[in-house]
Amino acid sequence: MRTASRYGTTVRMFTAIGVVSLVAACAGNGGTGAGGPSGGGFPDQSITIVVPFSAGGPTDTVTRMIAEPMAAKLGAKIVVQNVEGAGGTVGAGEVARAEPDGYTVLMHHIGMSTAPALYQNLGFKPLEDFQTVGLVTEVPMTVVARKDFAPATLQDLVTHVKANADKVTLANAGIGAASHLCGLLFQTAAGVKVQEVPYEGTGPALTDLVGGQVDFMCDQTTNTSGQISAGEVKAYAVTTPERVKSLPDVPTTAEAGLPKLEVSVWHGLYVPTGTPQDIVQKLSEALKVALADQKVVDQMAKLGTAPVPAGDATPQAHRTKLEEQLGVWAKVIADAGVKAS
Amino acid sequence: MELLDNLALGFSTALLIQNVLYCFVGVLLGTAVGVLPGIGPTATVAMLLPITFNFEPVTALIMLAGIYYGAQYGGSTTAILINLPGESSAAVTALDGHEMARQGRAGAALATAAIGSFIAGTVSTVVLAVAAPPLARVALQFGAAEYFSLVLLGLIVSIALARGTALKALAMIFLGVLLGTVGQDIYTGTPRFTFDQRELYGGIDFVSVAVGMFGVAEILRNLENEQTRTAIVTKVKNLWPTREDRRRIAGPILRGTGLGAALGVLPGGGHVLASFTSYAVEKRISKRQQEFGHGAIEGVAGPESANNAAAQTSFIPLLTLGLPAHPVMALMIGAFIVHGITPGPNVITEEPALFWGLIASMWIGNVLLVLLNLPLIGLWVRMLRIPYQVLFPMIVLFASIGTYSLGFNAYDVYAIAFFGILGYVLIKCGCEPAPLLLGFVLGPLLEENLRRALIISRGDASVFLTRPISAVLLVLALAALVVAVLPTIRKRREVVFTEED
Repeated sequence: MRTASRYGTTVRMFTAIGVVSLVAACAGNGGTGAGGPSGGGFPDQSITIVVPFSAGGPTDTVTRMIAEPMAAKLGAKIVVQNVEGAGGTVGAGEVARAEPDGYTVLMHHIGMSTAPALYQNLGFKPLEDFQTVGLVTEVPMTVVARKDFAPATLQDLVTHVKANADKVTLANAGIGAASHLCGLLFQTAAGVKVQEVPYEGTGPALTDLVGGQVDFMCDQTTNTSGQISAGEVKAYAVTTPERVKSLPDVPTTAEAGLPKLEVSVWHGLYVPTGTPQDIVQKLSEALKVALADQKVVDQMAKLGTAPVPAGDATPQAHRTKLEEQLGVWAKVIADAGVKAS
Repeated sequence: MELLDNLALGFSTALLIQNVLYCFVGVLLGTAVGVLPGIGPTATVAMLLPITFNFEPVTALIMLAGIYYGAQYGGSTTAILINLPGESSAAVTALDGHEMARQGRAGAALATAAIGSFIAGTVSTVVLAVAAPPLARVALQFGAAEYFSLVLLGLIVSIALARGTALKALAMIFLGVLLGTVGQDIYTGTPRFTFDQRELYGGIDFVSVAVGMFGVAEILRNLENEQTRTAIVTKVKNLWPTREDRRRIAGPILRGTGLGAALGVLPGGGHVLASFTSYAVEKRISKRQQEFGHGAIEGVAGPESANNAAAQTSFIPLLTLGLPAHPVMALMIGAFIVHGITPGPNVITEEPALFWGLIASMWIGNVLLVLLNLPLIGLWVRMLRIPYQVLFPMIVLFASIGTYSLGFNAYDVYAIAFFGILGYVLIKCGCEPAPLLLGFVLGPLLEENLRRALIISRGDASVFLTRPISAVLLVLALAALVVAVLPTIRKRREVVFTEED
């Protein structure tokens, strides 16, 4: 009879998985349900935050960190849903078309400001189809190289790249990835052209950098700090105005003589345009509370980042940032002649 | 004696009651999703990752790892029973495993898979404990040029997967490679063969192809005539491997384990190659070549062991260097980060309990898998007696739900139907789906690495020959091609095989 009871367990497991997938499927098709036009009773049902990238990635991690304290403040359950694809444009497009009732929220990063330049048939317009809720965090990036790469400083790197343009290789995690954008900005800032080597994701790119197969790349601290502190890769600079706490010896790009290379993977929350203002305010307030949460601050510190100042977790500050970034990237991407589709 | 101290630390961690419990939950879930066509370990780990946020880091990683290798284990079950591989590795097991099931020897096939996986799991746990850091260093020697040559060798070797002529197998491999090119080019973003359908931008889903070409095509073939229709098998022979079987599987299990353990370490896709390289090796050295494809137990023992060994050693780059070998490992990196552990080479020294606990848990997980699966064999085999009117629609239904739940993309379900019909037509033409599937899996790897190697070398193709590892692999590939194709060109392949016996 032992087998019979095990069989029972397995059957129940199947059922459970089936139910989970069905529920997830339904959520994928809408997840918004009925919500009144006025935000008086908001929220009276669970809120879905769509993450347009895979579970376990940096953006997903940040979202899940703030979801808990936000839910506590709002007094409603928050479900984090991953809708991957095409550099985050699939998930963003889904939220753009969702009911503007505040129950479908998008977490997106710098990709929101680069998508219009990268994708020809985007299906949404960042400024028109979305209402900004507030900035969340700005993850610094690092310029790193294989450990036996000749240049010792960022200045050396620029000189070396200029002198050896036919040999040097610059890795990135694929078109539109943060590492790709940072690489483009490096080339603009340094006035050089480098042979780029795209990979499918950060993992393989970093593997080849550690293995010495490619020369250098620029990626988020989340991905690189472990390798930097272990001495597996050489760090030239962090791309933010301030040094990063977990990497105290690494200079900023400004200190290292390349101030124009300033970039961070900024994250923000969005709702579809047409969402009542009082609901946007409630979400923004909850975001502010979450970002002040000590646990969130600690967790972000471990990722080598920090919550944005309270003043930036507002719809206005977020919109200003989005407008500014759209302008920056439209030019950089057009100059580089890059197209994602 | 440092090793013993470390293992003691590992087992004292892994044997904590909550860790054993979640290890069990992990392998149970893994077995379940492995058995269920469609949902794979990647989707499951992604779905469950958030649940583990409140666990201790080591407990979370033990459970997530259990899902991964448990799924490798469970994947063989449906491949053997109903010719429905959920993963590329299981596609190889389906070749002889399902033939064995049709001959009433499903029990022996399932037991062989279980025993082989257990032995492989035990050996690779030892490998992980003894030699993980140096192995990871060796793996880093592999760049794009080496991977290209390795994948090319793998593709040529996969001709051995076919029962019929090498030429038809080669044609199927090419078709598979072509199907693998559908979707956005990763280097330029240009859509290829997408016919302006946005759903095709991400490429064709592997699960759709596997479920269609194997499962659905098999169903269509079964529906052809009255005799085979009633149920897949009516008579079931012995549930356990006979003495003769046990003698025959010992060598393949050990060779498969060695091969799998070595290939699994390579972060650029070595684990994909493990199971069918083992199949090809066993077929090549076997005295019973004609039995392969018709229920040779070696064809189950070798690949299953290789697959499980590779699944476990693919943790080496992750644990020792913080570098993920495949999407499931990338999710594990996410798990590290969420728990405040910076993935990187320092994990071994900074978190010894986590590193050794995870390794020890893999062995415990393998014990649990055997305890879980051996008693189930009797039940699984009885499933084959379910009348086809019930079984076939169930298979199609579960496969469709599973595939749909991966990306909520109805296209993936249409693709099952398309590849089911294509698979049936191909079977009618004497072409087999296994080489196509391998071409489909390896094609994108081949292209990606070919182009990357050429980008890095600025278009100089001599890198493939000037880099020693790559050159050796290319020579082996050439030799394998000559051995495989020459007999066909002379139209003497069949004759040669009979003569050899």
